[in-house]
Amino acid sequence: MSGADEIGKTEVTGATGATGATDGALAVVRAGALTTVQDRGRPGHAHLGVPRSGALDPYAHALVNRLVGNPPDAAALETTLDGCALRPDRAVTVAVGGAPCPVTVDGRPAPWGAAVRVAAGALLTVGAAVRGLRSYVAVAGGVAAEPVLGSRSADLLSGLGPAPLTNGTVLPLGPARGPVPPAGPVPWPGPPEELVLRVRPGPRDDWFTDGALRTLATARYRVAAASNRIGLRTEGPPLERAVPGELPSEGMVLGAVQVPPDGCPVVFLADHPTTGGYPVIAVAEARDLAAAAQAVPGTPVRFVPLGPAARRPPAHPG
Amino acid sequence: MTGATRRERAAVSGGSGTPPAADPVARPVVRPVGAHGLLVELGSGERTQALHAELLRRRADGRLPGVTEIVPAARTVLLDGVADPDALAAELPGWEIGPLRTREEPVVEIPVRYDGPDLAEVAEVWGVAPEEVGPIHADREFRVAFCGFAPGFGYLTGLPERYAVSRRTTPRTSVPAGSVALAGAYTGVYPRPSPGGWRLIGTTDLALWDAAREPAALLAPGVRVRFVPEARR
Repeated sequence: MSGADEIGKTEVTGATGATGATDGALAVVRAGALTTVQDRGRPGHAHLGVPRSGALDPYAHALVNRLVGNPPDAAALETTLDGCALRPDRAVTVAVGGAPCPVTVDGRPAPWGAAVRVAAGALLTVGAAVRGLRSYVAVAGGVAAEPVLGSRSADLLSGLGPAPLTNGTVLPLGPARGPVPPAGPVPWPGPPEELVLRVRPGPRDDWFTDGALRTLATARYRVAAASNRIGLRTEGPPLERAVPGELPSEGMVLGAVQVPPDGCPVVFLADHPTTGGYPVIAVAEARDLAAAAQAVPGTPVRFVPLGPAARRPPAHPG
Repeated sequence: MTGATRRERAAVSGGSGTPPAADPVARPVVRPVGAHGLLVELGSGERTQALHAELLRRRADGRLPGVTEIVPAARTVLLDGVADPDALAAELPGWEIGPLRTREEPVVEIPVRYDGPDLAEVAEVWGVAPEEVGPIHADREFRVAFCGFAPGFGYLTGLPERYAVSRRTTPRTSVPAGSVALAGAYTGVYPRPSPGGWRLIGTTDLALWDAAREPAALLAPGVRVRFVPEARR
């Protein structure tokens, strides 16, 4: 393949892989428990039954991209709990962030949360998360998997986008944009000791008893092990319904706190179904969901209802 | 359907009080969904489709700033990304919503062989011979009321309520792609192999979903659909 230090290639223009151009490849030596390609997802297609998908911890995803000089919408890797190992066939700059974890290059310790140079053929290992759940691995140039509806994100509910990585998967890389920008120490929010989700009641809070609303606001829940990219499941006191029966399926949003028949709230994350028939008692603030993505099973969860007058964050941050 | 149209207008522009949402002539009920979402609940499927069409018109005219998603369902339309949800929630119940002008929508023709494994069961429920199911089903225009379940899976209305069938008590673990199926009064076409409990009445070779095609989904909400019986092979 191309030489080791051609970062400033003259033909390189614009956003990562926008023209389908690739430059080099990344071999997956160890895929880990669940490692997927993620960018900012494909919102705007819910009316077709297409989930939004995208990185569960969008702040960590954007930060690792920035550390290697990628635009914020470049595709990176999202690991789950036990990391992964990767071997590029050209020299690359990478950054590992999100859940803190040991990073090595050919067995030598390398920094976490900073740009790291990996020579052609060297082995980058992303270790098990020391705290938190999901680490992010950005490679300068981005992962140039085939986009679907404008996104390279793996959607585990409907199977759109690149399949979860397996040992031996080879991912195409996009051409790097230029020199890696200098970055000083960057702030990383730690994974939560306690997950606090601010919620706005509705749209179906009237399907629950007053007692259920009090329980939601005051009880201690815990993150259940069955949580995944579709939803954060919780264990705790069940929420009692005032209205029995079924709801005709209706549209669902990111952060919806849906209550299935067992009464334990499920918080919808990026791969959530676009419609659902269980009532949504409240909706968690989108800005709190990155912490939900890093909350390991057993983490205490508190739901904090916001009043109707609570200030709204901007509709389209960034 | 002029009667329904008149009721439609009366429902959204006149009247007083706040009757329950189940009332088919009630004003739309607008519920908050998080910081930037609204769920609009209507009394009937027809009114839901009319509001959905109105919302698409308003968005196309630039009158729904910020809105990123407009998701119709059976009795609701969800809006997300609304710049000022309080203002829209206050204003929307007073909207004059025109009748559903279906002639403006594109038509998708789906060639179908009425050879599904549940044809005999459906015929029994309908009280007709199995070979009559296809002609009855194909003899009408359908409309995609909403999507869900899987990318490109549309819930098609158009079959009268008297032809409604229940779902299978035990869903199939795998329904082949292209299966034309019934549940309630809805018709659906499985865009890809998946588990499913709908009653299978036919098969199409048309790819309802192709991520590499523009549009990826042939059956978007509002699209009109005709089933065109293929000669038996």
